[in-house]
Amino acid sequence: MNTTATNIAARLETIIGATRVDGSSESCTRFAVDGVVPSAITRPSSSAEVVEIVRFAKSEKLAVIPCGNGTKLGIGMPPARYDIALEMTGLNQIAYYDPGDLTLSVDAGMNLTELAQALGKQKQFVPLAVPFFDECTVGGAIASNIGSTLRPRYGTARDFLLGAEFVNGAGTFTKSGGRVVKNVTGYDLHKLLIGSLGTLGAITRLNFRTFPLPEAYGHLVSAFSSVEDVVRFQAMVAKSPLAPSSFDILGPEAAQIVAEFKDNRDSALPSWFTHGAWHVCVGFEGAEAVLRRYSSELVQYAQKCGASPYHLLKKSDEKSLRDGLRELVKSLSSPGSAATIFRINVFPCFPRDVTNLRTLAQRFSIPCCIFANSSGPLYFALAPHDLEDKTIGSLAHIASGIFEYAGAHNGSASILFCPVELKQQVNIWGYPRNDAHLMRRVKNAFDPQNIFVPGRLVAAG
Amino acid sequence: MGRRLCNLLAEGATQKTLPRDVIRGLQNILSASMVLHRSEDLLLYEYDGSVEKGRPGAVVFPSTTQDVSRVVRLAAQHDIPIIGRGAGTGLSGGALARTGGIMIVFARMNRILELDLENQRAVVQPGVVNYELTRAVEHAGLYFAPDPSSWKSCTIGGNVLENAGGPHTLAYGVTSNHVTALELVLPDGEICRVGSRHGDSSGYDLAGLFVGSEGTLALVTEITVKLLRKPESVNTMLAIFDRVDDASETVTEITARAITPAACEMLDGWTLQAVEDFIHAGFPLDSAAVLLIELEGLGEVVAAQVAAVEEVCGDHHARGVRVARDEQERELLWKGRKNAFGALGRIAPSNYVLDGVIPRSKIPQALRRIQEIGERYSFKIGNIFHAGDGNLHPIVLFDPRDEGQYQRAIEASAEIIRYCVEIGGALTGEHGVGMEKSELMPLLFSDDDFELMRRIHDAFNPRSALNPGKIFPLNKGCGEITPRAQAAVRAVPL
Repeated sequence: MNTTATNIAARLETIIGATRVDGSSESCTRFAVDGVVPSAITRPSSSAEVVEIVRFAKSEKLAVIPCGNGTKLGIGMPPARYDIALEMTGLNQIAYYDPGDLTLSVDAGMNLTELAQALGKQKQFVPLAVPFFDECTVGGAIASNIGSTLRPRYGTARDFLLGAEFVNGAGTFTKSGGRVVKNVTGYDLHKLLIGSLGTLGAITRLNFRTFPLPEAYGHLVSAFSSVEDVVRFQAMVAKSPLAPSSFDILGPEAAQIVAEFKDNRDSALPSWFTHGAWHVCVGFEGAEAVLRRYSSELVQYAQKCGASPYHLLKKSDEKSLRDGLRELVKSLSSPGSAATIFRINVFPCFPRDVTNLRTLAQRFSIPCCIFANSSGPLYFALAPHDLEDKTIGSLAHIASGIFEYAGAHNGSASILFCPVELKQQVNIWGYPRNDAHLMRRVKNAFDPQNIFVPGRLVAAG
Repeated sequence: MGRRLCNLLAEGATQKTLPRDVIRGLQNILSASMVLHRSEDLLLYEYDGSVEKGRPGAVVFPSTTQDVSRVVRLAAQHDIPIIGRGAGTGLSGGALARTGGIMIVFARMNRILELDLENQRAVVQPGVVNYELTRAVEHAGLYFAPDPSSWKSCTIGGNVLENAGGPHTLAYGVTSNHVTALELVLPDGEICRVGSRHGDSSGYDLAGLFVGSEGTLALVTEITVKLLRKPESVNTMLAIFDRVDDASETVTEITARAITPAACEMLDGWTLQAVEDFIHAGFPLDSAAVLLIELEGLGEVVAAQVAAVEEVCGDHHARGVRVARDEQERELLWKGRKNAFGALGRIAPSNYVLDGVIPRSKIPQALRRIQEIGERYSFKIGNIFHAGDGNLHPIVLFDPRDEGQYQRAIEASAEIIRYCVEIGGALTGEHGVGMEKSELMPLLFSDDDFELMRRIHDAFNPRSALNPGKIFPLNKGCGEITPRAQAAVRAVPL
């Protein structure tokens, strides 16, 4: 039977109840992804309801997009089909938390801020310092694998995700991993969910290792006149015994954006940044004696590498800086804008030839901005003034240049956010991965009928 | 998977020798000296670190990925299973030929292919011995973090497929946290790469899937790993307790206070005496338990942690806390821990070394329950384990010649593992499922969980050509073969 758009919502209502389904065109438009509008929004309140929705979608051959608060739905190629939005924020409880064991099991739809508050009471946290932090759900942070500024010390989700529960494309509730910090029982399927963008299933619950909140923080902001000095400073810190918790490298334009981060109005933060200079913001943590050691040693390295000026931040400004750095991607990617943000993974993590990227943008007169997290990707953001065909053509040209650059350096590059017009011209995932055919096998095993976000992760089908 | 595995298991029981043309084919691909097929030559490859047994029909020693691929293609043509093997130190029967077949031993693929010190990466062949990699990079102040007790003999390929741990995984994570890329040979002989040297890429984390897949999805022929920088300061402490409860509560308190040692190991009861008699590490013979705690990092961090650990030990009635004065004393303490299992052979004909994992807040109650189970079954059960991770290794001493004792030991061990699961733990923290625990998997996983794992298995290894009979309970893949009555835990020969 062919299920028409109008009766999808009605039929879902009979399955999970009218209060959990919204078929109004206004709501559906709000959940559009790259202009593709679903026929119904579902808001399950339990994993059993998620199973029901997925089974319905499977039997009717409908496409489902799981989402949290929708802050990162723009990541990926436009969906090939999209019938049902599976809005997971109704699953929002902490299912289990053993502070003494530093382990946690939390529903995917819980907001990161609420989770931070709950764990904060026990002086603990999960090191997901990711953009859109105030709106983002735990499930969205994992499914998007969006970068955390705390990565240099705490690693990526792969390092602290212990297990997961999810509903796969066959409509069955499944789990992987566990709630203990060390576990080799069965395949690590939960690792596949990290960065899967919803294409393997709907995550219902995630198990994490938690960490103690540091006693205190310290930050050094140093300005450098050249990229070469930044690279020297980075290498010096890498070879030292210091293990900073964050290490953000900001091109002149990125530094400006952090300095002007809207929440920073009341702080003295802007005064720490020097117009036109490259900046490195190093975050560190620990007891007072540890902070003193970091401060003195980092200042020494910065001086040796020609940093001028450099500032050890006052306590009152630290939060503003951390928020500004964490939200840099968000600051650059307001919805509907033409902003195009590349994520480039090459070694060395922060290459000397970043100036080539700037030259590339200048050739097309498009303002650009570069920033990086020392052990993570390099971000290259372009902010074109319009979406004219010519501009999109220029962006496409730049994209192919960057994909080529990353390939030539044994790395990879993709576009994190960009206008849909560019997606119509360019595969935002860059050069096809060598293992794309293996990714398809994984996708088929999880989601044999391709009901979860078809088309978003091109290689997966 | 199902029908095919049934056939393999049925054949495996009877057919041990391979057809002559297969042996000739292998000799053509490699050379005659790189192919073992006489039964006396194969004996050694029947065993690993467990007492599971399974004799391959042939053992081959390829030198290149292409050789591996050719061998796999030949095996596929003849429908013969393939089993990969490193040094054979595994503890769950992961590298045994359960159904016969061709065993690929990676001993000759033992080269470090590249050291990228600037970016802290190494590219190695699977046969490189774990410790050799650290030795090769320590001049640059770097090391490879995973350090299973067998680190001086086990291979990195084996570490990868079993997702090996070790004492220092408490602070630095298990093998999967240190692998960024793999070169694989699939069951049809295809060579492919997953992951990247950098470690980040868009799409699925396939390297994360293959690490710990126990050789059931693909063979690994090249590995890119992260190298860590050696800490500035290392401090090794031995805390001595008169009551096991005090020691285990100390571990729970250290975790709860969020002090993260690099390692936190516990030895209790008769195990201490056995180890001390053999190794003379300085463990006090009259104590009930000791904790071996290592703190690493910046000098300032370590100094604060030493003080905090000493305080916690004092609060829990430690009789004394000794800090290793120099590298020699530190090495001696670690020698006591890393060679502990070998030392136990002196006091009983055989033993079971279990590998369960539990929430760390539940260590005291778990040790009490293990003691109680031991008493009920009339066994002396000791513990030598990674306390900081909640990774238990209870050891059951028994005499395998006494059939009644053997059965009781198996039952007691299964009860302990079941208890681990009951209190929120898992079946295995680092030894793997292999043949040893496949029948216990339903304690943790539902039929739906198995169905998805089976689909992943079949996506890469549809005919069970690679390492058949591992991880999955036999009755989940093969209804016609009754699993051995209690394959739950097996004896370790000493």
